[in-house]
Amino acid sequence: MALTNRSIQVDRKPMTWLESIYLWNIVKGMAITFSHLFKRRPTISYPEQTRSFSKVFRGLHVLNRDEEGRERCTACGLCAVACPAEAITMEAAERLPGEEGLYREEKYAARYEINMLRCIFCGLCEEACPKDAIYLSQTFAPANYGRSGFIYKKNDLLIPNPLTEPEAYQKALGEKASKN
Amino acid sequence: MYLLTMDWWLVLEKAILVAFIVTISLVIAMYTTYAERKVAAWLQDRRGPNRAGPFGLFQPLADGGKLFFKEEIIPVSSSRFLFILGPSLAMITALLTSAVIPWGGHLHLFNRDVSLQIADVNIGILYIFGVVSLGVYGIMIGGWASNNKFSLLAAIRGASQMISYELAMGLALIAVLMLTGSLQMSRIVGSQVEGSNYWNVILQPVGFIVFFVCALAECNRTPFDLAEAENELNFGYHQEYSSMKLGFYLFAEYINMFISSAVMSTLYFGGYDILPFVDETKWGLDPNLLSILGFAALMAKTFFFLFVFIWIRWTIPRFRYDQLMNLGWKRLIPLALVNMLITAALILWLKK
Amino acid sequence: MNIVQILFWFLSVVALFGALMVISSKSPVHSVLWLIVTFFSISGHYILLNAQFLAIVNIIVYAGAIMVLFLFVIMLMNLNKETEPRKNRWLKMAGAVAGGALLLVLVAALKDSDLKQQEALVKTGNIGLIEELGKQLFSTYVVPFEISSILFLSAMVGAVVIGKKD
Repeated sequence: MALTNRSIQVDRKPMTWLESIYLWNIVKGMAITFSHLFKRRPTISYPEQTRSFSKVFRGLHVLNRDEEGRERCTACGLCAVACPAEAITMEAAERLPGEEGLYREEKYAARYEINMLRCIFCGLCEEACPKDAIYLSQTFAPANYGRSGFIYKKNDLLIPNPLTEPEAYQKALGEKASKN
Repeated sequence: MYLLTMDWWLVLEKAILVAFIVTISLVIAMYTTYAERKVAAWLQDRRGPNRAGPFGLFQPLADGGKLFFKEEIIPVSSSRFLFILGPSLAMITALLTSAVIPWGGHLHLFNRDVSLQIADVNIGILYIFGVVSLGVYGIMIGGWASNNKFSLLAAIRGASQMISYELAMGLALIAVLMLTGSLQMSRIVGSQVEGSNYWNVILQPVGFIVFFVCALAECNRTPFDLAEAENELNFGYHQEYSSMKLGFYLFAEYINMFISSAVMSTLYFGGYDILPFVDETKWGLDPNLLSILGFAALMAKTFFFLFVFIWIRWTIPRFRYDQLMNLGWKRLIPLALVNMLITAALILWLKK
Repeated sequence: MNIVQILFWFLSVVALFGALMVISSKSPVHSVLWLIVTFFSISGHYILLNAQFLAIVNIIVYAGAIMVLFLFVIMLMNLNKETEPRKNRWLKMAGAVAGGALLLVLVAALKDSDLKQQEALVKTGNIGLIEELGKQLFSTYVVPFEISSILFLSAMVGAVVIGKKD
């Protein structure tokens, strides 16, 4: 039974004389390739131009800060539990007196790693986070020479401080700024 | 021996011409590799090399540099002298052919008439045939000396293909020679430039098609590149080669392409004749300027053929080996023979 | 000694050396390659006699086609020193005697002919150019020419018959 109406019966008629000398078909083929000389090329020369991503693109993770530049993450571990690829590892630590400007809550992530080779960029960590501390940005993990380069540490993931480097912060926030 | 008792100005003139032509063939071969990649990209809706220099124009230099600096490997079990002789022969035969092609008319410089042809020998076109038939040795010796089954098979394929297609090529050529009545390249062009001003392709369309197909096969180009059929013979006859020796093989192929394009323009498209059916001498231009324009016209025709070579390569899939041999022996040779007989009959009939 | 003589001697030495190497080199492939060198120097001699057509046809037909077929066969059979068959001593002797007898005949034939007085037509001869050669072949020598073409035709037919599978 035909699933679509696009299937075409294979033509097994013997070749006509014109077809059997091939020349005409060769000329037809050459005309097809020649017409491609004038087609628009879809290539984007990557480092100079970049393709714009959709609003819901799920790229590299960012650990967010609040307006005062304090880390939002409390190392609750919900993201690590939610992660289907088990790419997230963390170690919690308690905030000491005098560190209130650095961490928002009493508990924070001393170590936070995401293995980008395991990550499937599903965005479940973003969904699971009760503090809006992690979200998936509109960049992707660049190539690297070694495996260890793909294990992103906390320093690689943290967004720039909005108080000290506001431009970099805005840039890293990207089009998801409305979320906060 | 009139070839040897020459005055020294002539020697100097010819030396300059030889250096000029060889440089031009090398540069054009270099940029044909670039054109090949660029045109291939365009035909496939890509952009092609565009990183090295403006529009990627330095890409051939980068490729050449890469080949020069690669490690040179000579297999232990190969026969060393022949292994080196192979690519050298390929290169030498590729460059030798340019000697008898008339690249233009005459230039009048320093009270001397300088012919833009290196050697106007009596046997002109046969010389090209002879040198091309020696090109087989570059492939065969290289393929055998590599001591590799794939190379050997590819070399034998390539050589038998070249020998088979040389026959049809020669038969197609005989029709042209009967029209001209001479083997001399300058006379072949001269008969198209002067007088009735017909280009030979108008009188010999079938012969031209046969010649063109054979030229594709002689240059080991797709659809006849069975000597380097990578999906069945890995890399063909130059599989064991690396570094600049490999470069020589690849380069010789492009020089052959350039030369056969030039030969086709010379034999069938009037050589340095600028336009068909027009007597250029009546334009009242300076003869030197006219010669240079003629050279440019020949180059334009050659570039067009190079483009067609590349265009065919990225359109038509490779023939199977039995198809190749059937086409050569059962189609092209009878076609060329009939073409030759009809031409001869017509010439005799019209002369009466 | 003018330049033609220098070239003549040079080409002769190359031709003889090549011919000697053909019979003395161990590897058959090398023998074939030396034979090609010999053909080339003979073509050089033709050019010295202003027989350009003969020279180039010698290169196209012998060096370009026949020797390639020789190379084909030898390369495909992969003849090495180990696989060389042991030749009978009597066979070698017989070969030497036969070759010597042929040499004797050639020397005798050349001694009686009056070649000594004739001058080689360097520069002036045009018998080897294509127009002259064509005229000669189709007027004076037309009968031997046609007979040899029939010979080739029969050889071709024979090859096709042998090549047919059934």
